[in-house]
This record gives sequence, structure tokens and C-alpha cells, in this order.
Amino acid sequence: MGSTIIEKIVGNNVGKNVKPGDIVTVNVDRVMIHDIFIPFVASKFEEMGFQKLWDADKAVLIYDHLVPASQIDDTRHFKVGNAFVEKYGMKNIHRSDGICHQLMTEAGYVKPGNIVFGTDSHTTTYGCVGAFSSGIGYTEMASILGTGTLWIRVPETIKVNISGKLPGNVMAKDIILKLIGDLGADGATYKALEFTGDTVENMSVASRMSMSNMAIEAGAKCALFTPDEKTAEYCGIELTDKEKDLVGDADAEYCQVINYKAEDFVPVMACPSNVDNVKPVSELEGTEIDQVFIGSCTNGRLEDLMAAAEILKGKKVASFVKLIVTPASRKIYREAVENGTMAVLAEAGAIITHPSCGLCCGRTGGILTDGERVVATNNRNFLGRMGTSKVEIYLASPKSAAACAVSGKIVMP
Amino acid sequence: MEKFSGKIWVLGDDIDTDIIIPTEYLALKTVKDMTPYAFSPLRPELAARIKEGDIIVAGKNFGCGSSREQAPEIIKALGIKCVIAKSFARIFFRNAINNGLLLIENETLRDAVCEGDKITVTINEAIEHKGIQYPITSLPENLVEIIKAGGLVKAMQKLNNSKG
Repeated sequence: MGSTIIEKIVGNNVGKNVKPGDIVTVNVDRVMIHDIFIPFVASKFEEMGFQKLWDADKAVLIYDHLVPASQIDDTRHFKVGNAFVEKYGMKNIHRSDGICHQLMTEAGYVKPGNIVFGTDSHTTTYGCVGAFSSGIGYTEMASILGTGTLWIRVPETIKVNISGKLPGNVMAKDIILKLIGDLGADGATYKALEFTGDTVENMSVASRMSMSNMAIEAGAKCALFTPDEKTAEYCGIELTDKEKDLVGDADAEYCQVINYKAEDFVPVMACPSNVDNVKPVSELEGTEIDQVFIGSCTNGRLEDLMAAAEILKGKKVASFVKLIVTPASRKIYREAVENGTMAVLAEAGAIITHPSCGLCCGRTGGILTDGERVVATNNRNFLGRMGTSKVEIYLASPKSAAACAVSGKIVMP
Repeated sequence: MEKFSGKIWVLGDDIDTDIIIPTEYLALKTVKDMTPYAFSPLRPELAARIKEGDIIVAGKNFGCGSSREQAPEIIKALGIKCVIAKSFARIFFRNAINNGLLLIENETLRDAVCEGDKITVTINEAIEHKGIQYPITSLPENLVEIIKAGGLVKAMQKLNNSKG
């Protein structure tokens, strides 16, 4: 009997074959803590009685939700974080380089086959390079910092096979939104997603990242892509035989198999106020909007900004609409400046902000109020996520978002 | 077997962590400071009305969304004795156990009760509502150990003390 990707990763880690339902203790390869939770991690760690980190080099602290501070008390998180780094000899800290999930792969902290945990639900993102990564709370993070281990239940796997060529106005975001709509917000709870097929093989790592990022919106524990040449190039490594073997075996057991034809996908949006409330853009056309947000760990990468710029080139954002663009990292910001993308966006009338979580977590950079409607490329449209609870959030691809910014209403890209 | 009764508050499906505690309040200093805002996007009146020993009964996928551990901590700080839902989201489930908040999965109770009803829970056995028994399953052994220790912090304290 063969194995799924997650069974192989966990099996390699614990040194024995595992099957879904097994409860095992894994050795953690890397952890990520962000600014919102560092004060809680630090106090739990000390309350537990630990004197030192299990391995200071394996811990990464990233300031992103609160950067730059928008409320007086935010700076306390930076002070606590800086003191923790100093006291326990951590070297991996990013104070204004971008969003945690972008940096973890971009800065080379995560490699194929790694097991990684982070204090953020979108930690599922690193499945884009074939790593098992998942979100946890701050108490569990404190216990990993002391012990280097965590118990997990080996999940069942849902295989998602996509083959064919995507229509020109469809992006990876449309695929993952469609899948979440089909599965439901709890359709993959406690399970792993495994993506295969020539459509995902032909995708960039950035596009795969948009998909693994949102796996949690269907409840998934992780979302995995087989590492390939693109992964190797992105990570700046040569794949070992073990890493190349991170592919679901033909005789592996899946709890569900979903097949899609790429040609069947259309641009979609997740309508207020659940991510699984997914409708074709064609059914929403004409809905008036107040703001557009292009950014976040889901869709703030260079290819996303370039896709938006292609639509915005030579056009103007509708006069009553604010278009907010937030690159996912400083590196992306610089690249978008260098290749002219930023100039196109600025010329079209975009408000371009520093790289950070920004509007996605509703603390800064364009929060909305009662009765306003926003088309946004991030990953959640929950009540109150980007302002008051009477704001309507439509989640979309960068192409759809850019087209809406020009029209001032929902339109097909 | 431990047994307790309480008044119930009834919620729907997919109660997400942004509803349990919106991000804008996460930088407040303590969980106690955050409790008045619990459930505010959905039911602003709820936090003030919940009393010690009350029980939440909800639909499927309770606690979906972010990894914020304040979500189970706030529910516990409000005095909620346990949450009974059709199902729980994964991270919320782990966070609740680690903080000693009791969670019970039950598929049918939610659709049989009204807000304000009284129910009786016998841990690892059954829930009783208006004379009807709803059986419940017991937790895996490794989780029982964490709860027995009084949560993950206490379990780790024990580990560190044993190292001397």
C-alpha cells in the first residue's frame, strides 16, 4: 500500500510508516511567531519554566500585523519581541520586511519535506514548496520552543486533480475559491489537501502559494504540492531523492478525490460573509463598490501586482473608488518598482502602502464602515474583518479586483 | 463521572474566531480586557448576559478562522462551562484543550434546543435535555492527559520540574 504526501513527510520525520489516525510526536524543523502573539508566547514560555529555546536558529519572529504601529499600544509587542530575541539568542527576526507567510519561503526558512508550525492559521501556505505546515495557538508554540516537538494526528488526504489549460481571466485564486465553495468551510477539517495534475504542475510557486494559503478556509490542516524544478529554483536548492519522492503514490489511500478540468473554471468571488459563499463573477456584475484591496499573503506577490497592472495600464481607478495596493514583502515591492509595475499602478490612481498585513486584518490602511463594499484579494471576508460588521467583503483574484477598481462596480476581468 | 447543568446560549454554523473576538481587540493587554467584545460582530449584547456556568450550543465548524488562542480563553473567562457543537475547527479544538476549556461534539442536540433551555452534561457519557439523552464519545488518551494536568502550561511545568 502506497502513501500520500503527508504520510511520507510525517513518516520520514518519525522514522516509521504512519497511517491516518495515528497520533505521533514530530520533531519540528522550524517555527514562526508573529507580532500579534509574541507577548503571549513569551509569557507562556516562561510560565512553563523553560530556561532556553530548544534551538534558537529554528525560530523565526516576524512583525507584520502591527507594522508600522497604528495604535499606541502596538509598540509594546515590538518591545516584548525584541527583549525575547535578545534574552534567548534568536537571530531570525524581521521587523519590517513583509508578511510572515511570504517571508518564510522567500527568505529560505522552509524547505520541501519540512515540518513547520506558526502562530497563524494561514501557516498552511508553505505546502506550496511541499512542506507540512500548520497553524497553532501560542501555548503550543511556547511548548515547541521549549521541547522542539508537537503531537499531531496524521490526517486523511483529499486529492484534488486539475488538468488542462486555465482560461485567460482565471487565476489560481479562482481555483481555490471554487474548491472551498465546493468543499464548504469545514469540508476538509482535520484533513490534508494534495494538489496534482498538469495545471498545477504548470503553475508558478507564487500561484501554488495562493492556493495552499487558503486551505484553512476549508478547515484543512495542510495543503501540499509535490516539489519540482520550480520549487528547487524558488528555494535555491537541488532536490534530493527524498524530496523528489514527496508525491502521492498511485496506490495511496485517499478519503476523497476531486477532479477538475481547468477549462471549466470561471472568475469567481466569495460573497459576504463566508469564504465558502462562492459565486461566479458573471452573477454579481453591476454591484457597486467603494474600495478595492490588492495585497495580503494570498495575493500580494509580483505576479499578482503585474496581473493587476496589465488591466490598469492606461486606465484610471473610478473616481469614487479607493484602490489600495499592499505588496507582500519588501523584495516584491522593490521588484515591482524595478520592472515598472508600481509606476503603472500609481499612474492609474492606486494608493500603494508599505509591505505588511495591512487592511487584511482590519487594523490599518483603509478600514471601512457601515454600508460600504470592498472587493479584496485576501483570504477572509468574515463579519468585521476589515472594519465594522456592516461592511460587505467580496474576495476575488487580482485580475477581477483590478477590473472592478476601474469600473467602480463588480465586473468580469 | 463529573456532572453539571447549565443554561444554554444557542449559536449557528461557522462561528468564526473574528466573531468570537475581532482582531482590533487582540492587542488589548489581557484576556479580561477583551471579554466585553466577545461575539460583538454577531451579537453585541451576548458577552454582558453570559453568566458563570452557562453553556454554548452551536452548529458545525465552531471556532473556524484564525489561530488566536484568545478565542477559547475568552469563552472560558466569560464563565462558559463547555461548548457543545456539531463540529469544531482544528486549531480552535487544540487551543481549547490546551486551556482546559471542555468541548463536546454532538450532531443532533443543536437542532433540538432553544436558547435559555437547561441541559445536564455527564462528561464522557451523555447530555440530557428535556428528558432525552444525547450520547457523547470520550476524548483520546493524550488529550485527557493534558486536561488532567490542568492544561498544557501545567503539563510543561511538570515536565520542567521533573528535570529538576
